[in-house]
Parts: sequence; structure tokens; C-alpha cells
Amino acid sequence: MLQTAKKTIQIEIKRQDPEINNGESYNQIYDVEVEDWFTVLDALIKIREEIDGTLSLRCACRASICGSCAMRVNGQAKLVCKTKLSVVEKNNKILVEPVGNMPVISDLVADFKPFWDKFNAVEPYLKPEGEVPEGEYLAPNEDMVHLVGVMNCIMCGACVSDCTVLEVKDNFLGPAALAKSYRFIADPRDGSQFERLQNLEKDGGIWDCTRCMQCVEVCPKDVDPMERIMSIRSKSIENKIDKNYGARHAKSFTDLIKNNGILNEVLLILRTKGLFNIIELAKLLPIAIGAQLAGKRPPFLSHSSKNKNQIKKIFKKLEDK
Amino acid sequence: MYEHDILIVGAGLAGLRAALESIEAGKNTAILSKVHPVRSHSCAAQGGINAALTDRGDNWEDHAFSTIKGSDYLADQEAVEIMCREAGENLIDLEHMGVIFNRDEEGRLGTRRFGGQSVARTFFVGAITGSAMLHVLYEQTVKQNAQVYEEWFVTKLIIEDGECRGVIAMDINSGKLEIIKAKSVILATGGIGRIFEPSTNALICTGDGLALAYDVGASLMDMEMIQYHPTGLAGNGILLSEGARGEGAYLLNSNGERFMEDYAPEYLELASRDVVSRAEQTEINEGRGIDGCVLLDCRHLGKSKIEEKLGYLQEVAIEFRGIDLAEQPIPVKPTMHYIMGGIKTDFMGQTDIPGLFAAGECANVSVHGANRLGANSLLDTIVFGRRSARGAIEYSSQINSISKSKEELNNETKRIQNIINRTNGERSATLRNEMGEAMTSGIGVFRDTKSIKIAKQKVLNLIDRYENTSIDNKGKIFNTDLIFNLELKYMLDVALTICIGAENRKESRGAHYRTDITERDDKNWLKHTHVAKTDGEVQFYTSDVNITKWKPEIRKY
Repeated sequence: MLQTAKKTIQIEIKRQDPEINNGESYNQIYDVEVEDWFTVLDALIKIREEIDGTLSLRCACRASICGSCAMRVNGQAKLVCKTKLSVVEKNNKILVEPVGNMPVISDLVADFKPFWDKFNAVEPYLKPEGEVPEGEYLAPNEDMVHLVGVMNCIMCGACVSDCTVLEVKDNFLGPAALAKSYRFIADPRDGSQFERLQNLEKDGGIWDCTRCMQCVEVCPKDVDPMERIMSIRSKSIENKIDKNYGARHAKSFTDLIKNNGILNEVLLILRTKGLFNIIELAKLLPIAIGAQLAGKRPPFLSHSSKNKNQIKKIFKKLEDK
Repeated sequence: MYEHDILIVGAGLAGLRAALESIEAGKNTAILSKVHPVRSHSCAAQGGINAALTDRGDNWEDHAFSTIKGSDYLADQEAVEIMCREAGENLIDLEHMGVIFNRDEEGRLGTRRFGGQSVARTFFVGAITGSAMLHVLYEQTVKQNAQVYEEWFVTKLIIEDGECRGVIAMDINSGKLEIIKAKSVILATGGIGRIFEPSTNALICTGDGLALAYDVGASLMDMEMIQYHPTGLAGNGILLSEGARGEGAYLLNSNGERFMEDYAPEYLELASRDVVSRAEQTEINEGRGIDGCVLLDCRHLGKSKIEEKLGYLQEVAIEFRGIDLAEQPIPVKPTMHYIMGGIKTDFMGQTDIPGLFAAGECANVSVHGANRLGANSLLDTIVFGRRSARGAIEYSSQINSISKSKEELNNETKRIQNIINRTNGERSATLRNEMGEAMTSGIGVFRDTKSIKIAKQKVLNLIDRYENTSIDNKGKIFNTDLIFNLELKYMLDVALTICIGAENRKESRGAHYRTDITERDDKNWLKHTHVAKTDGEVQFYTSDVNITKWKPEIRKY
């Protein structure tokens, strides 16, 4: 066995059981004697096996491959089987809660139905076109190795748990489903790239991501969901699927910087929403008035950076690449 | 009311492959699993899947011979021939479904070499082959809109007039027991790893299907054949794939010697798993280990190869041991990994009980015999998962009657309520840990009459004590405490059959190596062992091994 040193850690767990207390959540603290190599999962298993069998949680492989045990540790989503206690404990204490953005069934067990519904919504299966070859489809190894990076996703839900958009917008497909979608969009064997991109342009799709980086931060498998969403955006624009606010915002943003070296927020809004889109523009009036009152209204008139020629050169260099 | 033509219990590779076949045939199909399908333990298979692709000069007979030699001649050769012949077609099917296999320079499927074989015929997805395959099969069930009883737990098989007609199962989310009627049931519940401690297996590998089938009289075959994987992590036994050695990693003892030169001069680290595990254990026993381990050395492979082809291993090494494989060798030891034995089936997955089929690790069609080759397990799940569905499709087409019994549901509800009502008994985990230790020391890499006997007595003692265990959680919703208690009984029943198989096989063959009888005995023991219950009594008997053209020879690597 491994060399060990023991100590006691206070593990505070957010608990919830529909059969107890009308399903109100409450926190319970367990003092657990742990070895120094313990993961958070090791400690939770020790609680349920030796101290309190009523604690519910999901876990299976213990080796960060089955995706069962995503939970929040000290407020951040983690796969607890690969989270060392020694790394997360502060003053010999940790707080464990179920994943966020999903309803709770019991204690640390979340209801993944919304997660899988969104997974299903992106048609998560290969749709090859044309005649099926007798042997395998030929494909470059580098494309496959690139895709393995996405297939690393174990559907643990950590990204969805901590997605800041999902907190305020239920219909956002979310980082896991969008990364899954990218896995097919980038697969040279798939024949429905264009339809997939069209579906993702809609409300709740790729343009809802605010690039907060949370999903990248918490993903235990380095899948980089946000980066995949950005890749889908680029592919959408390449495919001229750009008649939506998201794509127009991105394009106007780029054009304004390219031409003036500096962002003109008023023009950005007008170009994104459309000069004659009175309804959408009217919705922004309260924000404009608020900004005016706070003295933070951006200038109406076009202005430009004095270094704009240099910025143009940077763009040229990038475009020539 | 729940009613199907075909109910598949277990949603790993064998179960999902069976489901797709059954759905494609237009059968009313349902999958039942105690975990979401992608959490199934198939996801932990790392190294790859074997297939001899004839269009690139390989031949299935060579694969079959390697498999039979690997099995120490205990595999049924006709079954092996079927598996190896059908491998290519099944592999290509998987690729067409979307599995992202690594490629060669021409964009065709790439291979790596695996243990016990002289050529490279293992197809792989980095070091996450099982996961990549499982997710793709799951995607296909989504495409087919398959019905899944997700997080349901089977407590009993329904037998009427000697035939299987469905299951009684608990919806873990509500705690309610229900009858699910079916014209045929396919068990694809995977392995039994948690009977041992440590094990490479997930915490969900508790032998449910084997215990359920055994309970209704099906025979469990060659249960003593337990595979110890040569490269489990010390401590909790997490697996490091054979893929590492396939890519060229060395095994070293405390003197820094590649000790496999002494045990398998030709195949070295890529000898069969039983051979490598015995070699490691011998080195450790003779004082050339390091803290009960030997070293797996990947340093010479270089960082980029490690990251491209063994990425998940590197993740495990760094996360769980703080070791960068490119910088440092990692300590490993033989760790319980797989059971070659299982529910006896024919080539179509049919068990001894009409209407009850089995496939994958829980089954034993006997393609692995006394030792399974690496990357043959994934192949087994796909080939025989599909075949078991074909068997069940044909069988269920001839069945009109379907279960009517409500009585059994009441009995089962009472039985489970009794467990919930018990108080002040021993904890399930206490018994499980004692079982794990007893089985690992009694039915280890090396075993003898005495060690087997001690293990068996311990298991019998635990079976008695089980009746007095109690659980803390008296609630209905997601009561994992109750599930663990039910799983414990499954494990104890299966553990006993392992001990019975081991005590009866009086020879050394493959993974069953007895230090008191070290020779293989083809005259008396070229035979399968069977343990089955008749009228509640445990019976032991043997049957002949099917030999086609490969006569048993001395096995050297």
C-alpha cells in the first residue's frame, strides 16, 4: 500500500431528500479521517460506507472516465474522483454540493434529464452521405486525433453545471451539447455540416455563449468546450450562415476595429441589429438612457485610433496568413 | 404495464450492440441499466479491439490461434473461429457508425501490437477505445430512439414453466419495484471485479447478471478463471492499459532489469497477461520488487508519442500518482481485472434457461478460456452482443405467452422491505471488504488447495452473516444504501462459485495457477468446470472443450 499520513477533515455536504423536510436542502458536516492520498470521492465513499449510508451520490469508475461523479467542491464543478482532497481543502474543510443548473434528485445526485435532452437536440450521431464504402471511410489521422480531443468528453456535466449563460437562459444548448455537435461538424465523414450549422445559429445556439471561460476552466478532460463553440462560429461565418445578430455582431466588431482601430459601440449596435430594426433598437433604449444618466454613453460620432494604420497592418498580416 | 419482445439488462458495449441489432429487426426492444449507458464500465477499456482484416494481408486463423494459445487451450475453438472470422465486418460497422479510430498514413485504420499476438491487429482510439466505442453505440441508440430504463436495478428474473419471461426491477429514482415482461431477456451486465479488492473494475461491477442467472439455475462456467492485469496502479488498482507495452514500454524490476527476458524471451512484455502477471509476482515475491510493485517504464517512447497514443494513461499517472510517464517509471502490480468465466452460453447467447440470453463479460461462450488476450474483450462484446440479439430475436418470434404472475412481485417487495426493516446489523461495506481481501489472497495470481479453502470458508461465513446486515437509509428515493446491500448478495453468491471452480480444477492452466499442482493436465482437465443450482442445491460438473484443428501444445512465449 501507499505510504500514508492520516488527518481529520470536515466535509460539509449540501443534502436534499424529497422525503425529508419537504425536500428543503440543508448542510451536514462530517468529520472524516482521511489518508493524504485521498480524493474527494474517497472521502465521500468513506462517509457513506462507514458513517452514514443515507448519503446519495453517483460514482463508478474512480478513474475519470465514466463521468458519474461531477459535483461542486467549494463552489466549483469538479470530477471528484480525480480531485485530491489535499488540493481543495482549506483549513481542513471542504464544501461539497450537487452540480448546478440541474434539478436535484437526492443529495449529490442531480437529474440529468435537461442535460441529455440538449445532447439529443444536436442530433448526436454521424450522418454520412453518399455510398457506404465496403471498408472503412478514409480519413486523415490528424483529423481523427483532433476529434479524439473532443471525444475525450465523458458527459460529466461539469461545464453545464458552471455555465454562466445557463444560469439565466434555460434554452441555451450549453457547452457539452455544442462541443458534441462540433465533434460531428469537424468529422470529415459527416455529410450534414451545413444543416448542423444552420440549426446551431438559432436562439439557444452558438451565439448565446458569452465566452466567460467557465466551461474551459472546469472541464476535467480538457475538452475546451468554448473553443469548440468558437470553431463552430467561424465555420458558420465561412459558410455564410451569418444573417443573425451573433454573426453580425462578430463581423461588425471586426470591421469597425479593422477600419478605425477602435470600437464604436453605437455603430456596433446599429449594424448588429440593423438601422431600421426599430423594435429591437427600442428595446435597447432603457440601457442607452441609463448609460446617459451615468455619464457612460459612448460617443455617437465616428472616431478612430491614431494608430489605426498599424492595426490595419496587423489585419492584413492575419488575412495573408 | 411494461412489456417487450426483448429486454436487455446492461447498457455497456454488449448490451448496446444487442439493442441496436434487435431494434433494427423491428423488435419491441428495451434496455435496462442501473447506470446511464455511458457510465457503463465498457468506457474504461483503453487499449483497443482486435480484428484480422483480410484486405490488408492479415488472416483470422492466425488471430484464432493466438486466442486459443492465449486461452491455454480451454477456449471452445468453434466459438473462437466465429469471433475471429466475424471481427473484421463488426469492426468496419463500428467505424461506419462513427467511431474515431486512429489512422495510418494512408488514412486507413491504424493498428498497434497487443499481448499474446505476433502481429499488430489491435485497432484503437488513443487510450480511450472503450469510451469512444461506448459513446458511439449510445449515439446510435439515440438515433434509433431506443427505450431505456435508466437507473433501474434488477432484483430477480421471472421464470415461468422453466423459461425466462422478464424481470422484476426497481426504479432507483422512485424505489418502486415493477414487473417488466419480456419474451426474452439478454443479460449483458459485465464483470464481477468488486468481489476482489483491489480491482481495476468500477464500483458497479458486482456480477449482477451472473448471480441472477445462477439463482434461476443457469450454469456458470470456468469461474475460477480470473484475470490479473499486469499493470494496475498500486493502491486502488486503477488500470494502466496494455497499450503502453503495445507501444513499446518496458517492465523493470528493482535492479532495473527487463525481467520478462527470463520468462518470455520471444514476446517479452507482450506475452499473455497470465504469463506477465506471474512473472511480476515472482519478481516481487523473490525480493526484486519495489514496495510490492514492479516498474512500467515509458520514458523512451518520448513525450509526443505518449500524449498522442497514451493520453489517458498520462492523465491517470499525473492525476493519481503525480508521475509524468515521459520523466519517470510508474509502479504497477498484477491487479484483478476480468473474469473469463461466466454464464454458459451457446454461439447465439442462449443460456441453459430458454428465453435467457447472455453476452459480454457476464457470459462465457468460451472464447477466452483460461486467459483472455488484451483487446479481445471489446471484440467479444460486439460479436456476441450482436449474436445474442439474433438468438433472442429468433426465440421471441416463437413465443406468444407472456408473464401474468403478480405473486412474484409481492414476494419480492416483501423480501426487499425486510432488508430495509432490519436494524443494528453489520454494514454491507464491512462484509464486502472482508470478501475482497479473502478472495484476493485466496484466489490470487498464485493459489493452492489451502488458500482456496480459506477463501471459500470465508465466503460461506459471509453468506451467513449477510442475513443480518442492515442499512441506514430507509427511504425510497435513490436509496444507494439498499442497492449496495443487494449487490453484496450478488457478489457473495458469485464469489462462492469462483471458489468452487477453483477448488475443483486440480491442475494449473492459464490464470488458474496452483503452486501445489503446477502442471497443465490435458488428460483429465481439458474440461470446463460448471457450477449450477438444482432445486437449491449447488452442483459441480464438467464438460468437454470443443477442439477443431488446434491440438493442445506446450505454451511458450
